[in-house]
Amino acid sequence: MIDSKTLDPNFKLIIAAEPGGENIKKCFSCGTCTAGCPVREVTDRYNPRKIIRMALLGMKKEVLSSQFIWLCSSCYTCFERCPQDVRIPELMNAIKNIAVREGYLPPAMKTQLDLLSSFGRLLEITDFENEKRKESNLPLLQGKTEDIKKILKKTGLSS
Amino acid sequence: MKKKPEGKAPFSQYILYLGCTVPVRALQYEISARKVAERIGIQLADVPEFSCCGYPIQSINHYAYLLMAARNLALAEKQGLPICTLCSACCGSLTEANHEIQEDKTLRERINEDLSQWLGLRYEGGVRVNHFMRILHQEVGRKRISEKVEADLSSLQVAPHYGCHYTKPSTIYGKAEDPENPKSLDELIEAAGARSLQYEDKLACCGGGVLAMDEQVALAMAQRKLEHIRAEQADAMILFCPFCSIMYESNQRKIEKTSGKEYKLPVLFYPQLLGLAMGMEPDELGMKMNRVRPTELLKKVNRRTG
Repeated sequence: MIDSKTLDPNFKLIIAAEPGGENIKKCFSCGTCTAGCPVREVTDRYNPRKIIRMALLGMKKEVLSSQFIWLCSSCYTCFERCPQDVRIPELMNAIKNIAVREGYLPPAMKTQLDLLSSFGRLLEITDFENEKRKESNLPLLQGKTEDIKKILKKTGLSS
Repeated sequence: MKKKPEGKAPFSQYILYLGCTVPVRALQYEISARKVAERIGIQLADVPEFSCCGYPIQSINHYAYLLMAARNLALAEKQGLPICTLCSACCGSLTEANHEIQEDKTLRERINEDLSQWLGLRYEGGVRVNHFMRILHQEVGRKRISEKVEADLSSLQVAPHYGCHYTKPSTIYGKAEDPENPKSLDELIEAAGARSLQYEDKLACCGGGVLAMDEQVALAMAQRKLEHIRAEQADAMILFCPFCSIMYESNQRKIEKTSGKEYKLPVLFYPQLLGLAMGMEPDELGMKMNRVRPTELLKKVNRRTG
């Protein structure tokens, strides 16, 4: 049940001000996104129409603290089909960016951030990889870069 | 039309952008792509300092994502060459960032201020990003590819998998291909002499995007497609994104174990198939690194044609 006292009417405006979230108010809830969603096909925990509706109603805490916003596979099927150009995968990213700022970073994403900060990549290039590259006559790769750590630090994503 | 002289001048020049997954979990893709590129005359340069494209943090912080992408683009710009990606997510991520940076002058200035202050780099917006497959399809062309075919693959029937980020969002790819009805991979498979199969949910996503968040959901998505491909009795699945390959090949055993079903479906990267068609040895194409051994498939390749 929705308690109207807990709704935040500004939530949709906050989303619309976030890169990727600009078109949220265009949604007329037709459900084309959900109908063609490959994640929805295997689990009912992810339902883009429902998430957008909740966001438009102002259910800020429920949306930002939920796991379901993180289940978009970014396949862009809904992006192509949406008659209102809501750009749903980008909208989901906008909502997730806000969620992260509000302190809701899922542990799996935190792990990815740590890897990027340490290696500049999601998967480390070790001596083993470069040895294999040498054997296969491939050019060697730089194992590490401090640049990504700097970017993540300066943007407040890692300490 | 006059044929261009082969040998001296390369057909085209690119910087090869590997991303995170290819060099660690899909080396056979890189090996085979370099081999077929060389045969065709595509010259590939390397920038060992490239890092992650930024895709994984699109959901965490949009601006930090743009900076990561811009760092790679700036490194490429120094070389004065366009980028060729193997991974479709890298292609999408770099193309999207490129668009945003090129179109928004204020954003570009802000990014350059940070890039130069923090990393001593600048990006003016002059780099072109393309996917290896699109280079094969659009720049090299099917005709030129079939001219290089030396082995007979006509008894092979394979299932093409396009994945998502190669065609979508179509807004950033300049409508290069209809995302609801793409044809390039089917055409490239046929140019290599094999038969391209149609199957249910051909355009469905591999699930890779949610693997880190929810493995069960991701594997269920991948399994649906394995089922549909098995129904068509394909000799192999052909794809060109390392993350899709993780879902369908690296995780195939896991899917089999948890569901009690058996697929044993070989998963090849397109350049591996093309390399076979060009008469190359399986070992030259990194086939030993394929987790599901394509033994039966290789028996069907007629290596010496008249």
